[in-house]
Amino acid sequence: MTVAGSPGADAAERFERNWAVVSILLLAIVLGVIAFTGIHWATMPPSGIEPIDPTTLHVSGEFVEQNLGAEVRSDGAIVVRLIGQQYSFNPQCIVVPVNSKIIFRGTSADVVHGFLVTGTNANAMLVPGYITTFTTAFSHVGEHLMPCHEFCGTGHAAMWAHVRVVPQDEFDRLIGTNARGRCD
Amino acid sequence: MIESRRLILAHFWLAFAVFLGAMILGEWQMVIRSPLHAWINVPEYYYRSVTGHGTVMAYVFPLLVAMGFGYAITELSLKQTLVGGRWAWAAFALVVVGSISAIAAVASGTASVLYTFYPPLIGSPFYYLGIVLVVVGSWIWVALMAVNLHTWRRARPRGQAVPLAMYANVAGAALWAWTAVGAALEILLQILPVSFGLRHTIDAGLARVLFSWTLHAIVYFWLIPAYIAFYVIVPRAIGGRLYSDVMARLVFALFLVFAMPIGVHHLFADPEVGSGFKYVHSVFTAMVVIPTLLTVFTICASVEIAARLRGGAGLLGWLRALPWKNPAMLGLTFSFIMLGFGGAGGLINMSYQLDSTVHNTQWITGHFHLIFAGAVVVMYFIIAYDLWPHLTHRALGQLLLIRTQLWLWFVGALVMTIPWHLAGLLGMPRRMAYFDYSNPAIAPQAWTVVAAVVGGAMMLASAGLFVLILVRGHRGASIALPEYRFSVAIHPTAAVPKALNGFTVWVSLMIALTLANYGVPIAELMAAKTNVPPVFYDNR
Repeated sequence: MTVAGSPGADAAERFERNWAVVSILLLAIVLGVIAFTGIHWATMPPSGIEPIDPTTLHVSGEFVEQNLGAEVRSDGAIVVRLIGQQYSFNPQCIVVPVNSKIIFRGTSADVVHGFLVTGTNANAMLVPGYITTFTTAFSHVGEHLMPCHEFCGTGHAAMWAHVRVVPQDEFDRLIGTNARGRCD
Repeated sequence: MIESRRLILAHFWLAFAVFLGAMILGEWQMVIRSPLHAWINVPEYYYRSVTGHGTVMAYVFPLLVAMGFGYAITELSLKQTLVGGRWAWAAFALVVVGSISAIAAVASGTASVLYTFYPPLIGSPFYYLGIVLVVVGSWIWVALMAVNLHTWRRARPRGQAVPLAMYANVAGAALWAWTAVGAALEILLQILPVSFGLRHTIDAGLARVLFSWTLHAIVYFWLIPAYIAFYVIVPRAIGGRLYSDVMARLVFALFLVFAMPIGVHHLFADPEVGSGFKYVHSVFTAMVVIPTLLTVFTICASVEIAARLRGGAGLLGWLRALPWKNPAMLGLTFSFIMLGFGGAGGLINMSYQLDSTVHNTQWITGHFHLIFAGAVVVMYFIIAYDLWPHLTHRALGQLLLIRTQLWLWFVGALVMTIPWHLAGLLGMPRRMAYFDYSNPAIAPQAWTVVAAVVGGAMMLASAGLFVLILVRGHRGASIALPEYRFSVAIHPTAAVPKALNGFTVWVSLMIALTLANYGVPIAELMAAKTNVPPVFYDNR
């Protein structure tokens, strides 16, 4: 595409082409890794659209008060249900067993919220009208902070909860008395 | 020769004035949330300030720079008087009126909803109307860019190559026209009817998807003036040649295509988009790596050409021969270093899995401040310094002051954003008006907030110096200037391929890929009818 006879023009084009090939290969590798980990280890972000009416959360359905917190399902999986609202989470403290598969299910009662569990990869948005679901596991016993990480109004900075990761036997004891795992 | 000097100066001066104001707000936010200050009593003031800072820095400031720069490129590269000067002033007036409306709503405390809107949170309609006016004004600019290119083409033989600067400029305008559609739909169809009280529910998920349409491509729109400067200003300013003219066109064309269909990577952690489309958007986001890497190659090669023309030799020895005291050289270097760090961080954000480690943490704030405030705005400075003598017809001089200003900006940006990245990895959430530093889990992160105060102060000082240098530029000695030149390619281009001399292919691809990548998610949400009640910000 350059004028024939301009000295070095051919070499210039060759270098340029080689670099473009290297860039594309680099990209292919990155995308390959992402696809492999996504399929092989099923590491995926929250998925699937599940609508829910935020105005009746407390009246009926999955997110009524007594369903919130950690629950041991009949198949042994732990399901943690939570609601974000201006300006707190319900429950404010969640207890889960260490090294177990944990399914988080959450939604919002008013505006957009979000949460992360510090020091882990648990991270999700809570959008009113939708249920967020994702699966994770905690590999160490300990106490984590769980802040709201999306602007939800003037009280956003006050919206912090806790996640307490406990040994299995302690979790069994807490579940035994409450039917739902809560910190207190 | 620039004939529309007053028009361009009006854009640049308004841009830099609001920029300085927003810088002051930003630094105030840094101080008020840090351990150096007591907890803020009224956190609403903090979010008012964040909304003002974001609205100016994301919409008004970059738009005005792109518009002013676009008019300058039109006259300098096409060598013709701007067609539609009255329309240009009308567009400017719309931006002014829109900005006043939006900022007044924010200042009165009735629209502290942040520049990303976040419905079902709903603020004063004057805020959204203001944004709409700004966007309508900018669309007039887009049309003017197209009209001017068309006028130039009509007066020339068919197929004559459009000057690279104008090609890139029109690509940027086309990108903006289409990227703004997402937020425009969100405001006009969803938010405003609720804000005016005409409708009583809103779909928050759909709003997030529509906003993501705008939210990522707008970043590339901010970037385009900086990229134009990389290609058509820097090589000339440092006495070099552009490595390749055709590759440069390809880069801008690829930005048009790949900047658009990728916004859902902002929604990886959201419930309203399925994992399939999340993956598709992740792949397309990765594609943007290609024009970026091509740019790194072409610009580094162009810089090497400059060094060798100045007598540099050896494998790396030529680095010493570069004009390091030249502001354009310094600005480019700072910009590339920050683009490198920021790009590496961006790869983490766009990756389907790694994103969950950093999503909505202080890492993200660090990332876009490094890319935009760092890599992009430093090139806005270079653009202003380069054009100023041609706008004022006076010598700018003040090289030592300019270098100090650039160094302050660069060091300040790193001091502010690198600790933010670290804090994000530790799980510090973003947009916090205060932190409980007495909490043992938060106390170890307190130093990062102090670092942001220090870095922010350096950047604020730099912004003040920048405005001072430009003001003094108006009072410099009158000079007769040589004709303004853009960079020329080292190997003259025989013929630009037809596809890279126009936009038909690229704009078609941009629209088609957007519809392909957004059509299904949007249709799904419209069918799901997940409307929720609004939450009014101003307690109506």
